[in-house]
Amino acid sequence: MRVGQGVAMGNNHEVHPSGWRRWLYSTNHKDIGTMYIVLSLIAAILGGSMSGIIRLELMFPELQFIQDLQFYNVMVTGHAFLMVFFVVMPAMFGGFGNWFVPLMIGAPDMAFPRMNNISFWLLAAALILLLLSAFVQGGAGTGWTVYPPLSNADYHPGPAVDFGILSLHVAGASSILGAINFIVTILNMRAPGMTIHRMPLFVWSILVTAFLLLLAIPVLAGGLTMLLTDRNFGTTFFEVAGGGDPILWQHLFWFFGHPEVYIIIIPGFGIISQVISTFSKKPVFGYLGMAYAMVFIGVVGFVVWAHHMYTVGLDADSRAYFVGATLIIAVPTGVKIFSWLATMWGGSIEFPAPMMFACGFIFLFVVGGVTGVALANSGMDLAWHDTYFVVAHFHYVMAIAAVLAIFSGYYYWIGKMSGRQYPEKLAKIHFWLFFAGVNILFFPQHFLGMAGMPRRIPDYPDSYAGWNLVSSVGAFVAGIATLLFFFIIWKTFSSGGKVQSNQWGPGATTLEWTVDSPAPFHTHEELPVTNSHMPAE
Amino acid sequence: MFKNSINSLFLIALSGFCSSIISERAFAGGRSEPWQMWFQDAASPVMEKIIEFHNLIFVVEISIVVFVLCLMGYIILRFNAKANPEPSKTTHHTLLEVVWTAVPLLVLVVVALPSMKLLYYADKVVESEMTIKVTGNQWYWTYAYPDHGEIQFDSYMIEDKDLKEGQPRSLSVDNPVVLPSRTNIRLLFTSADVIHNWAVPSLGLKLDTVPGRINESWVHINKEGDYYGMCSELCGVRHGFMPVHIKAVPKKEFSAWVEKAKAQFSNISSGSETKVANLEKPFDKAATGILKDRKRK
Repeated sequence: MRVGQGVAMGNNHEVHPSGWRRWLYSTNHKDIGTMYIVLSLIAAILGGSMSGIIRLELMFPELQFIQDLQFYNVMVTGHAFLMVFFVVMPAMFGGFGNWFVPLMIGAPDMAFPRMNNISFWLLAAALILLLLSAFVQGGAGTGWTVYPPLSNADYHPGPAVDFGILSLHVAGASSILGAINFIVTILNMRAPGMTIHRMPLFVWSILVTAFLLLLAIPVLAGGLTMLLTDRNFGTTFFEVAGGGDPILWQHLFWFFGHPEVYIIIIPGFGIISQVISTFSKKPVFGYLGMAYAMVFIGVVGFVVWAHHMYTVGLDADSRAYFVGATLIIAVPTGVKIFSWLATMWGGSIEFPAPMMFACGFIFLFVVGGVTGVALANSGMDLAWHDTYFVVAHFHYVMAIAAVLAIFSGYYYWIGKMSGRQYPEKLAKIHFWLFFAGVNILFFPQHFLGMAGMPRRIPDYPDSYAGWNLVSSVGAFVAGIATLLFFFIIWKTFSSGGKVQSNQWGPGATTLEWTVDSPAPFHTHEELPVTNSHMPAE
Repeated sequence: MFKNSINSLFLIALSGFCSSIISERAFAGGRSEPWQMWFQDAASPVMEKIIEFHNLIFVVEISIVVFVLCLMGYIILRFNAKANPEPSKTTHHTLLEVVWTAVPLLVLVVVALPSMKLLYYADKVVESEMTIKVTGNQWYWTYAYPDHGEIQFDSYMIEDKDLKEGQPRSLSVDNPVVLPSRTNIRLLFTSADVIHNWAVPSLGLKLDTVPGRINESWVHINKEGDYYGMCSELCGVRHGFMPVHIKAVPKKEFSAWVEKAKAQFSNISSGSETKVANLEKPFDKAATGILKDRKRK
């Protein structure tokens, strides 16, 4: 290799690849972030359609549209996998994380740009594998929890589950690479003066999430590999007949699965903190408490997994421990809620679309949070385990809350990413429509769960018809809101006005607001020097 | 944003209201009703205690939600840009931060203590007067009465087209499990294939049937009647179509049923040997590895 050429290229930042090379070979954190967001939008269309099919079937009792019940289970499974691994995680961690972590800490790019590239393209490959899984030999109707024996070769013969397992393996590798990249970037590439305790909370949230991924995904990978060899190579890790234990899978899965739900929501905490601080025109209240609450949630998140397994027949003493440990999580989450409110207290609050989504997030998160405290009690799970109460709970606290955080982040940052202003009025309509839709959709599911309706069933006793109809109507309202969102994206790019480098005014104090909009291909070529929490002020 | 809080307050008030009217009406019996928003009526001491405990945590839940919403509503009205053009710069208040960490901790202690009591109460195996064994199958239940000779039968859902007058759709079965009321009954659970979950909401019963394991629970049914439930763990394509139907009858009637059942269900298998083998099916499988052999073929 000729040294001279390398130097010449290093100095020639104005030239950047164009056409397909720009994207396929990309090592640029902004382009890769954009690709993550696009992938997330595509997966959202797929996963959203699946939930539409589910709600359509559940709109009335008896089977109307789906006669192939395996297809229904495949929809339930596919919806969960798509939303968890290919919508929420790519949007927040891969998308906003890639775009804004380097910008916020004053780094020119991620620490390992090529690893960033492979991390994205592995995820694209994983998405294809997952879709293959749904379309070969009946698909995987195992639920996203993939419990054996249902998921082993006796009850799911054919390659569908294997494709699903490989998809998760590849997506997991992608996540681990991404996590390593973020950890190294955040720990080593902060601009001078940007100490750990001056990092914006969004960066904190990505750092915590990256550690969760790094520690949780390998456990999933281990479990998946054992399941794969059980299915194909005659091992019996999870098979009673060979001395194995199906409950072992549940321990492995939920040791990953519980941190996974925090992986989904913690970047949302970060986004909401930035948005609330910006539009209250105040720094975040109790910054250290906020940062370490996330760390605490992450740590405790690893020792509460069996609260998903209260009815498998665990010893009462074990369950007592998991009740206690799970309840503790309410404390740091409470700190976060109160700190957001305290940030708004005394502020001079503006309510553009991102702030409205942030307030909606607080509402959903509190409702889902208190039902979480209730569900933490093993005794209550005798009534609620595997009912629609659980479905309502986790959609409130994790799924829809995360989606509101994504919308909030999208409207907050789309000006920086595209250089164009989104249509404010339409965005507000989008908020109200979506917010009303998801509440009509999920609130009645609490009632269904109280009355005892189980999850993952395509037909139900006639007495559950009323609230199911209401719920389905809510789903279609939320669906229309989502179509409106895609229209807003088109409108933004086709006719949105240009925005300035800091479109949000004095409240926006993080470093991304110091660079042009849209952010140039290369930023922070000279490292910004900071000496406070609010480097851009 | 104000509308948003009003909206949610309304929903909460609505659910509270419903809880009050529902608790006042008479026992409706073992299944849900149209537009039901609350638990099914309790028919066992465990379910009574679950509802009692829920009455406590429900108050906690509603207080937290109402408190946060009122606070948010107030902040939105008081500190919006029009009402408060000059933002303050406060970023810390140590006492406040200590309080909002400590108070939730205390609330959790208030929740955790009765929670533990309920957990151990529901788990405790009381002095049992009889035992039944529930085996999950794709997609039906097998019930065995080891204390009453060799009664064992399968219980399938009745298809919609075969329903008779008065049988609830997707809950009725051909052979309900008949149990004596006011009796402490020990329940044993296992599975012949995948994991299922045997659940009856009005009795506070819910436990997985796991192949290769025997789970144990207990029930004491307070009143005679029909109690319905559904499989509560995804178990394959007909997961939604393997309901549980318990028919609770007075002890005397139960004894009469036992005699009848002995005659009726002895026809299912030809000899007592086969019957025993059937009874032991899942454990047998585990021991001899039939499952594995099937797979290798």
